[in-house]
Amino acid sequence: MSTGREPLTYVYAVARRTDRLAVLLAGLRGIDRAPVTLLTEASDSSPAPLAFVTSHVPHEAFNESALRAHFEDLEWLESVARAHHEVVQAVAAEQTVLPLRMATVYQDDDRARQALGEQRSTFARRMAAVDAHTEYGVKIYLPPPAPAEPPAGAPAAEADPAAPTASPGKAYLQRRRVQHRARERTYEQAQRAAATLDAIAARYAVGRVRHAPQSGALTGPQENVLNDAYLVPDEEARDFRAAVAQAAGDFPEIRIEITGPWAPYSFAMPPAESSAPTEGERAP
Amino acid sequence: MTEPLPDRFGAFPSRAPMPYGSSSSSSLADILERVLDKGIVIAGDIRINLLDIELLTIKLRILIASVDKAKEMGIDWWEHDPSLSSRHTGSPLEQENRRLRAELEALRRDRADEQEPAERTAERRDSSGTTARERPQ
Repeated sequence: MSTGREPLTYVYAVARRTDRLAVLLAGLRGIDRAPVTLLTEASDSSPAPLAFVTSHVPHEAFNESALRAHFEDLEWLESVARAHHEVVQAVAAEQTVLPLRMATVYQDDDRARQALGEQRSTFARRMAAVDAHTEYGVKIYLPPPAPAEPPAGAPAAEADPAAPTASPGKAYLQRRRVQHRARERTYEQAQRAAATLDAIAARYAVGRVRHAPQSGALTGPQENVLNDAYLVPDEEARDFRAAVAQAAGDFPEIRIEITGPWAPYSFAMPPAESSAPTEGERAP
Repeated sequence: MTEPLPDRFGAFPSRAPMPYGSSSSSSLADILERVLDKGIVIAGDIRINLLDIELLTIKLRILIASVDKAKEMGIDWWEHDPSLSSRHTGSPLEQENRRLRAELEALRRDRADEQEPAERTAERRDSSGTTARERPQ
């Protein structure tokens, strides 16, 4: 261990070991195209024991200082995040899965097994909570601010008499006012859309996590004002999606986007426990 | 940096009947949000502890969020971080300046080396003589 040359054990998720899952994983590649395997712990004698979905990763790339550096390298981060995500999604397509946070790394398989044993009851509880549920993301975007020209739908009464005769200053102010009103209308729509989504969620979803709105380079020019994740029972998923699609049609000036199905990333931790995540550390 | 996926906008209807479609069509922002921030947290042997992850996520958020906005707020650490910025080396002019300084430094050192055998005191006397000559009197 002191040489630091042995590969480390990277854990993607918690799942239950079944023959079907084993077959599925046999065709799967993880980070650095490494084969993905299931680790179970000897004392779990149930027919479908809890297992870590793991692969081996090179020590050089995943030791503490390397990780620290890598986490600020967006290209590296993207490739590992996508690999992590693909493994998680593949398992989620087959059965209930608890996704682990990226870069959960153990010295070796034995240490990972030990950790699995220590937290088996927590995992079992969370698995039960998300069983037969799927996460969906719902976002509301506002269009980018209107261009300087008054939009085609602008009230003619305001624009018409002013346009030919008004002084440049007055015309400018009037244009600004039209812009401002359009903006107000969009915000109002967004607000009503959010209320509609709340009502939809109340009917179909069993959990909601509110993410921070995304902004900037990876999101495009539109302003993201709502970024929610919902936990939806599988038998309600179709209706939930249809209802959200319907809402998207009802509010033409804003964009409502639904993403997913996702593995239950946002619901893997119960809200209360998320503030005390290191407690497993203290266990012997 | 990765381009935003162009086909994200119309993704919903076509993917509706196919559960767990290929994740390559998911936006990087969504994946990072979930994979980094969320997921069950268990302490690994080698780990970025929770606080670190949060700090890193904040940094990343700024990075993948609007760089311009971050700069407005005076957050521009990545510009000076060699591992993050190709620009940390500065403009061509700055580079040339740095190169010239290095050359000058090397020449000075060479000169000092040549003088080394010829006694340190001589050198000192020489340089003090120079300054004396330059001093306006």
